[in-house]
Amino acid sequence: MPGAQAQPPQQPIYTIEQLVALNPYNPDILPDLESYVDEQVATQTYSLDCNLCLLRLYQFQPARMNVHIIIKVLVKALMALPATDFNLCMFLIPERLQMEETFLTLATLAHFLETSRFREFWDEANRNRDILEVVPGFEQAIQGYAIHVLSITYQRLPRSILAEAINVEGLSLDKFLEHQVNNNGWALEKGGKVVVLPLNEDNQPVLRRNTADSIPLEHVAKILPVLV
Amino acid sequence: MAYDGSRDYGGGYDDSYDDRPEFRDGFRDLLPPEPGFDTSTYVPDVVKTFVVYLYRHIREKNVYEIHQMYEGSFQKLSDRLFKQSNWPHVDMIAPYVENDHVFCLLYKEMWFRHVYARLQPTLEQRCDSWDNYCNLFQVILHGNVNMQLPNQWLWDMVDEFIYQFQSFCQYRAKLKQKTDHELAVLRQIDEVWNVVGVLNYLQALIEKSMILQILEEEKEGNVTFTATDGYDYHGGTNVLKVLGYFSIVGLLRVHCLLGDYHSGLRALSPIDINQPGVFNTVIGCQITTIYYYGFANLMLRRYMDAIKSFNQVLLYIFKTKQYHQRSSQYDQILKKNEQMYALLAICLSLCPHPKLVEENVNNQLREKYAEKMLRMQRSDEAMFDELFSYACPKFITPSPPSYDEPLVNFNQDAYRLQLKLFLSEVRQQQLLSSIRSFLKLYTTISVAKLASFMDVDEPTLRVALLTYKHKTHVINNDGSVLSNADVDFYIDDDMVHIADTRVTKRFGDYFIRHIQKFDEIINELDRTQLE
Repeated sequence: MPGAQAQPPQQPIYTIEQLVALNPYNPDILPDLESYVDEQVATQTYSLDCNLCLLRLYQFQPARMNVHIIIKVLVKALMALPATDFNLCMFLIPERLQMEETFLTLATLAHFLETSRFREFWDEANRNRDILEVVPGFEQAIQGYAIHVLSITYQRLPRSILAEAINVEGLSLDKFLEHQVNNNGWALEKGGKVVVLPLNEDNQPVLRRNTADSIPLEHVAKILPVLV
Repeated sequence: MAYDGSRDYGGGYDDSYDDRPEFRDGFRDLLPPEPGFDTSTYVPDVVKTFVVYLYRHIREKNVYEIHQMYEGSFQKLSDRLFKQSNWPHVDMIAPYVENDHVFCLLYKEMWFRHVYARLQPTLEQRCDSWDNYCNLFQVILHGNVNMQLPNQWLWDMVDEFIYQFQSFCQYRAKLKQKTDHELAVLRQIDEVWNVVGVLNYLQALIEKSMILQILEEEKEGNVTFTATDGYDYHGGTNVLKVLGYFSIVGLLRVHCLLGDYHSGLRALSPIDINQPGVFNTVIGCQITTIYYYGFANLMLRRYMDAIKSFNQVLLYIFKTKQYHQRSSQYDQILKKNEQMYALLAICLSLCPHPKLVEENVNNQLREKYAEKMLRMQRSDEAMFDELFSYACPKFITPSPPSYDEPLVNFNQDAYRLQLKLFLSEVRQQQLLSSIRSFLKLYTTISVAKLASFMDVDEPTLRVALLTYKHKTHVINNDGSVLSNADVDFYIDDDMVHIADTRVTKRFGDYFIRHIQKFDEIINELDRTQLE
């Protein structure tokens, strides 16, 4: 037939998410999952289920473990705080691997974040920029986490505490605060020394809520025959 | 296995297996076999009758009878005749059941289960059992069976399947005591009890049975599944569907054994454990489901969910355990009961919420763990270690070892990792309970004052307060925040404002219950007449 080119058979292209949902226990999808991690890093997206699936497959076939990919997964998991993703990943990584230096560093960073020791965290993070810079968006994600913890704890907080938590000072902090005031309902008091956070369910628990010791009528009815 | 009504099964006997004359007196007339009989050449009469009747009941789909024979007679015969030995080999009994392929697979399944329960399986037996399960599941997956089996048996199949997998991983990891022959065999049999194989079988059972769609459609009322306990009253088969259902629980268990708690909970999500479901029909299944569900939540820091589910099942066991005393599973039930009390003690020490625990359960808990809980609340790490090690599942390393490196036993590795991570979490929560006890005393307190009470400097205290908030606020799957804390607070610049939702003790219910009890006692006394 002149000019006719055979069309390649149309194959449904599954996304990674669909592959994982269909058959997560198939070691053949391991390379796809690895490249998906790189894709997550590049496009600043994140999928816990796919990454857990990858770590699981590594567990089944330790010979195929790729340490660099695992590190990226862990950094991504750190960025997912306050969710417990980092811990979930650590449960699946063999102990002897966790003893290596990079992993120890990441564990330390996670520890600082879980115990809200932000100053120590930013110091340590600065010392290990090479590990963390691999994943764009890291700094913003951690700042988001810091703000989350502050918002569920404080109604008004001193500016210095905020600065330490998000590692921003001086003019950048002013700009940051201005942005928050305009867009997220923050406010400033005492000439900018105190930051007022918007009220939410968690930073204004209802005071002294005494659940009354009320007894339903049916229960009392049970003992009326006795009392009579 | 089509039913052929023209067969005569040795007439004159009652239809029910247990009503046979020699069994009516509880096996007293059963003569023990001659000493030294060899099950490879001799099949005792009782065994012959057992398989004949079991085969017949399976063909006739008499689920009740099958259950009696499976649960009762099999155990009795094992106790009586095969306490330390194997049942007769399948080839010996096959002639009595028309060499039926499926029945032989089922018989072998029971045969191997007996070996694992009473004896030590050899490597060869482990491999053969794996082959048997593969064959059995293949037959079921291809839809060639038309049987109704009791849910107990179907659950036991899935449960035993995973148990044997677990046992194999543990066995394989103990390299030091292996003979060269064993090592040579192990090197070659990669696919036997391979973790991917196990998971894929469970997944296949779920998919082929379409159990997920069935559960979905049941919510809309189009299908009855739970209402009939999974049985099919229209002459069909329940085997594939119910196996699919139980495989959901199976997946939860395997994921927890691997340390992947999130995926385990996700696998379980089609089943709502707060609603009655088929998992309630078999007590072993209910206990397993809640045990692993609770444990996974504990590792995910979702203490409230764990406490609620443990409370629910411990209360159930408390009320019903006397009915299971003669079951072969009684020991297992008791063991899991104790383990769950230990886990509950851990959860309550990390997240005190006494209102969530029912009174009877609470009494039992106090009896067993009052002192230990006090020590855990004072952050005694050794106590956490002890209880966790007692109560945790037997974690496994799924990958085969490298047989070339120096031989060590690494069967404890997986457990050690989980323990280590759990203890580091406990350590991070160290200051929380002292914060909690101080906060309970005040409605407002300045940060400075609280810091001096706790003997730390202000920045440390602020950090600890943030940690308290972070650890007690859980993020749900949809991103919303849920507070676990019984004592909550917020900070206003440098004043801490506390909201204590302390409930005054509920004396009312307590008194009512005891008034009724006393009334009963008095009535009882009135009725007894003194001689």
